[in-house]
Amino acid sequence: MSDHHHDHDHDHPHDPVGRAGEPAAAARVRALEDLLVEKGVLTHEEVRARIDWLVSRTPAHGARLVARAWIDPAFKERALDDARMAALELGLDPGEAPQVIALENTPDVHHMVVCTLCSCYPKALLGPPPDWYKSLPYRSRAVSDPRGVLEEFGLELDDDVEVRVVDSTADIRYIVIPERPAGTDELDEGELAAIVTRDSMIGVAQPSTVH
Amino acid sequence: MERGVHDRGGWPTDAPIDRTEHELADWELRMDAIENVLEKRGVMNTDEMRRGIESMPLEAYEAASYYERWLFTVETILEEKGVIAPGEIDARVEA
Amino acid sequence: MTFAAGDGVRVAERPHTGHHRTPGYLKGKAGRIARVHGTFTNPETRAYGEDGNPRLRLYLVEFDGSDVWPASTRSDHVYADLFEHWLEPVS
Repeated sequence: MSDHHHDHDHDHPHDPVGRAGEPAAAARVRALEDLLVEKGVLTHEEVRARIDWLVSRTPAHGARLVARAWIDPAFKERALDDARMAALELGLDPGEAPQVIALENTPDVHHMVVCTLCSCYPKALLGPPPDWYKSLPYRSRAVSDPRGVLEEFGLELDDDVEVRVVDSTADIRYIVIPERPAGTDELDEGELAAIVTRDSMIGVAQPSTVH
Repeated sequence: MERGVHDRGGWPTDAPIDRTEHELADWELRMDAIENVLEKRGVMNTDEMRRGIESMPLEAYEAASYYERWLFTVETILEEKGVIAPGEIDARVEA
Repeated sequence: MTFAAGDGVRVAERPHTGHHRTPGYLKGKAGRIARVHGTFTNPETRAYGEDGNPRLRLYLVEFDGSDVWPASTRSDHVYADLFEHWLEPVS
């Protein structure tokens, strides 16, 4: 967590004066929050609660869904149809998106996800998106040059593998179920979840190799 | 056909994808949270939020960081709705 | 318009006026319905303070990579979630 992180269970206003090394936006955000609290539009506690939720989200949640899909084919089918319900089955918070859909990678098909228009991302299951996912080059090239992008990420696919780029243009969030690596038959569900990386659930990498 | 500043699929670029990651700063988490609480409270919605970002001039959109765009849209939409007055945040920051 | 999985569709070629979620790189392109989603509020009206009703059908549409990016020589595909009022039937 950032050094600037501190509790706000009290009502006194933030210091609107900028602190060294932070952009001008930082003071504006603090001023905005104080103004909105004074106007009764929201409370510091609500903002605090939402920050707490945000920082609680990590790729480990999505990894649990993937690990379960790897060992339970019926669960996987449910996730491909409705990953929101599948996540709830595992006690995971699927977030506020009205629908979440899992995309299955196979030896023949490799999915990758982008939001060319903004930054739509299944953050309840993966945590906040990385900067590169929100970046203009990724948003531009993921759809026009997906194999070039994958190469930049160190992933080269055979010519006979079909790449499917999914552009999250509406309210549906997509999560990739990467291919289960060879040599993982002896791993239990928890060990499987531990090798599922965030980037493999976006579709720009494969899961960690097992030693 | 003309594109919105946000409509980046296939936008010509030679830029490599910078994979440097940074932990969200306190102000960025706060900005994210403020926007979400405003939506939960029914003050604004996600589509208005996106529309506000899309109204940024091209240079401003490309120069802004991710959460600077969020700040722009929340200020814009809240002013549009009369929740905050023009200049009200400026006055608070300059005080 | 109501479509079923497998139907051929073409994306309308309307200019950028007002908030909408159809990317420019797909306007005018032909593809196929890959998945029929449920209905969702209309972002084009909700973005201006309306409630977004009546809800509209959303479709996952599949495009051949080479149709979207003429330089592409592979049989890759691009998919996007598009609203019914942006799709025209193609036989």
